[in-house]
Amino acid sequence: MLVERLRASDEGAMAQLYDRYSGIVYSVALRVLNDTGAAEDVLQEVFLQLWRNPGVFDSSRGSLGAWLSVIARNRAIDALRKRKPVTDFENVILSVECNLESEAGRKVSIEKARAALTKVPADQRKALELAFFQGLTHTEIAAKTGEPLGTIKTRIRAALTALRKAMIEK
Amino acid sequence: MNDKLKPGHEQYAEDLALYALGALEADSCAQLELHLKDCPACRSELAALRGDAALLALSVSGPAPPQRSRQRLLSAIGDIKKEQPVAVRAIPVRRPWWSFAPVFASLVLAVIAILLVRENTNLKQANEQLTAQMIKADKDSQKAREIMALITAQDAVHVSLVSTGTPPPHVKTIYQPRTGRLCLMASNLAPLPAGKTYELWLIPKSGAPMPAGLFKPDAHGMAMMMPENPEVPAWTDLKAFAVTVEPEGGTTTPTMPIVLMGSGQ
Repeated sequence: MLVERLRASDEGAMAQLYDRYSGIVYSVALRVLNDTGAAEDVLQEVFLQLWRNPGVFDSSRGSLGAWLSVIARNRAIDALRKRKPVTDFENVILSVECNLESEAGRKVSIEKARAALTKVPADQRKALELAFFQGLTHTEIAAKTGEPLGTIKTRIRAALTALRKAMIEK
Repeated sequence: MNDKLKPGHEQYAEDLALYALGALEADSCAQLELHLKDCPACRSELAALRGDAALLALSVSGPAPPQRSRQRLLSAIGDIKKEQPVAVRAIPVRRPWWSFAPVFASLVLAVIAILLVRENTNLKQANEQLTAQMIKADKDSQKAREIMALITAQDAVHVSLVSTGTPPPHVKTIYQPRTGRLCLMASNLAPLPAGKTYELWLIPKSGAPMPAGLFKPDAHGMAMMMPENPEVPAWTDLKAFAVTVEPEGGTTTPTMPIVLMGSGQ
């Protein structure tokens, strides 16, 4: 497994991981930051962190690709808010049922995710994207959209539920 | 989704979703984290929600990263590998003498700084003393100017004061060497004890004092004497006159002390 080879400081393994997941990581960072240079920095930082400490990723918990995409999003939000990194790599544990290891599997999973997102009602999707891609808190989203706090909470929760259901149905 | 939560844990459902996105306010986070420590079911749901959020990340489409990023990363990894610690025996290195120069320079600067601080303190004290002296001199000068102005003022009245007690005795003698005659006038003389008299003595420039007459003051301390037959030889060179208190009838040599004395010059 590539992560095992990383633990042995195998540069070839890192090159393979980069080729496999750099597109996802860079796209997320660019979507958050809207700046190619800053997104490139996040890309470098995420992979270097994995190289320095491959043990931070727990393979029993899920896909490395999904994990890297969440880490990239979190670091990009830190950069966007011009704050010190608050993301703790070890604490990001996620479970996702998708195959991202093979090129074909990644394509399928990405297409499924995009399709699932289109099924999420627009108001829920908007609240979810403001939280995920702009790093806004639910209070900030409520202020930005003019909706009550409780509504925003409910919409975000419902959006994630809808996304999950859409993934299972497909 | 809710089916994964324990009954009664639905209250955490919305907060868990926000927490998974990092969108929960800080004060609510602390409370939720406290609950997560003791609730495996909610921890599991949080992981699932993060997986859902990852789907959102996967849905993003965008350009591939620039090719230079790959080279940059691999170069950085190569540098990190080189930096990795290698077991090397520590060899004690003798440091050249000049490597201590910065330390020595720091010490010298520290000493100079201390001396400068001390010098500065001394100068401050000296300055304060000089300032105090100047203020005092200025005050003294001002007082001297005021005294001089008063003394020289045209309209100032000058009054000499004397003792308000018993006035001092005053005796005046008039002597004529050519004839040997003399006269004495006295005032404010102290009363004499019983059996005593004043005696006048002529003290020549050479030789022993010569008796020149006896006299007693009246009730007001006044006395006057002018012997009919001068006892002092003519042409006696006068040095001074003196008065003593002597037994009634007088003596030929004065008894000390001399109570009054006046020079003939």
